[in-house]
Amino acid sequence: MTLEVRGLSRGPLGPVDLALAAGSCTALQGPSGAGKTLLLRALADLDPAQGTVTLAGEERAAIDGPTWRRRVGYLPAEPGWWADRVGAHLDADAASLAALRLAPALVERPVAELSTGERQRLALLRALATRPEVLLLDEPTSALDEEAARAVEALVGARRAHGLAVLWVTHDDAQARRVADRVLRLEAGRLVEGEGDDEGAPNAPDDGAPRDGAPAP
Amino acid sequence: MTIPVTDRDLVVAASLLLIHGGLSLGLGLGVGRQVLVAALRMVVQLLLVGLVLVWLFESVSPLTTGLAALVMILFAGREVSARQERRLGGAWGYGLGTGAMLFATVTVTVFALGTALRPDPWYDPRYAIPLLGMVLGNTMNGISLGLHALSTGLHRERAAVEARLCLGATRWEATRSVVRGALRTGLMPIVNSMAATGLVALPGMMTGQILAGADPDTAVRYQMLVMFLIAGGTALGSVVAVYGGVLRLTDERHRLRLDRLRAPR
Repeated sequence: MTLEVRGLSRGPLGPVDLALAAGSCTALQGPSGAGKTLLLRALADLDPAQGTVTLAGEERAAIDGPTWRRRVGYLPAEPGWWADRVGAHLDADAASLAALRLAPALVERPVAELSTGERQRLALLRALATRPEVLLLDEPTSALDEEAARAVEALVGARRAHGLAVLWVTHDDAQARRVADRVLRLEAGRLVEGEGDDEGAPNAPDDGAPRDGAPAP
Repeated sequence: MTIPVTDRDLVVAASLLLIHGGLSLGLGLGVGRQVLVAALRMVVQLLLVGLVLVWLFESVSPLTTGLAALVMILFAGREVSARQERRLGGAWGYGLGTGAMLFATVTVTVFALGTALRPDPWYDPRYAIPLLGMVLGNTMNGISLGLHALSTGLHRERAAVEARLCLGATRWEATRSVVRGALRTGLMPIVNSMAATGLVALPGMMTGQILAGADPDTAVRYQMLVMFLIAGGTALGSVVAVYGGVLRLTDERHRLRLDRLRAPR
């Protein structure tokens, strides 16, 4: 197992047990406010949490925070940007930009001029650039049209073939079945196996509005 | 050489406050009462300080001088934490700003007493207390501005800071731009006031000295000394407070810990 989680809890979340194998993709579903984002943040070690997490057999406590987060990548639903220009955030080659249906000239533009969907895809490239062993995706295609969403799925799939383990939060049942070899649901902070009715919400149109309940700061 | 200010002179000068009263009545500002209370507070506070200073200057003891300095710093610390929109929770809310101020003002004041002024004894309150007071007032500004900019900046830039953390940045790398902004904010007032001193503003201390009969050359030299001390104290205090703030608002796992901020009032 690449990532193993035992008894992870934080506030309303958990305790959660979870294992992600190298090259696998697990879809995570559940109603807003069930704690999906809390779980991803706890796995990325952005919030303190109880329980043990190991990566390739190594306890998290033995790995320093920055190294951990390089190895366990996290793409939040609304990724942050710290500089004006796109190019200051990532070193993207034309091929990977094209794979995500992004124009090469994009890297010269100010972040503020990009659409939500463009930012979402660029943040995915940025997260993949550190060559993580595990990738935690929080609704990575929520602002994308069908074609761009498929491109994202294909790119992540290609990285899985190289051993990347993926935990993919999605409200879209069809996407969950498409990308994942296993579907889990988070209900009131507890993980349960299998898919269920997911708020009856298909993948939302491209309004760019955040749809998931962000955790209270 | 000094022209004494009599009680009657003060009453005449206080009549200028009638302008406030007239404005308040005429325009319905509703601040008449506040102005009256503020003016009374100023008079009473200054009279008390005068009494305390007379007593302090007569006693010339390291104990009373130190005690007076401590009381001043503790009051300034309260002022710093009261000015924060989002302050640190728990004892840190008061402790960080006060600690930074204690360190900065005492260092700078002792430095001045040991190098430039050298009164005998070195803790003579006639020198130590006014120096400390002037350094304290400005350091207090720098620290409260710096801490305010740090906490609001980290709160506002949370997504950007965490984006850097997620890519493997340390807490120092991830907060660098916010820290830079906070330090700039803390230092800007003293830099601006150094640049404007003498042209736009005649500093209160210098004018006070001149009015009290000192010759302008001496007054100007004292003012330069005080400005340098203030600049040094503000820099020391801001750096300690802002980096201390980063230490508290992040943790040893390099996480951003905004949960340690209290909700804004």
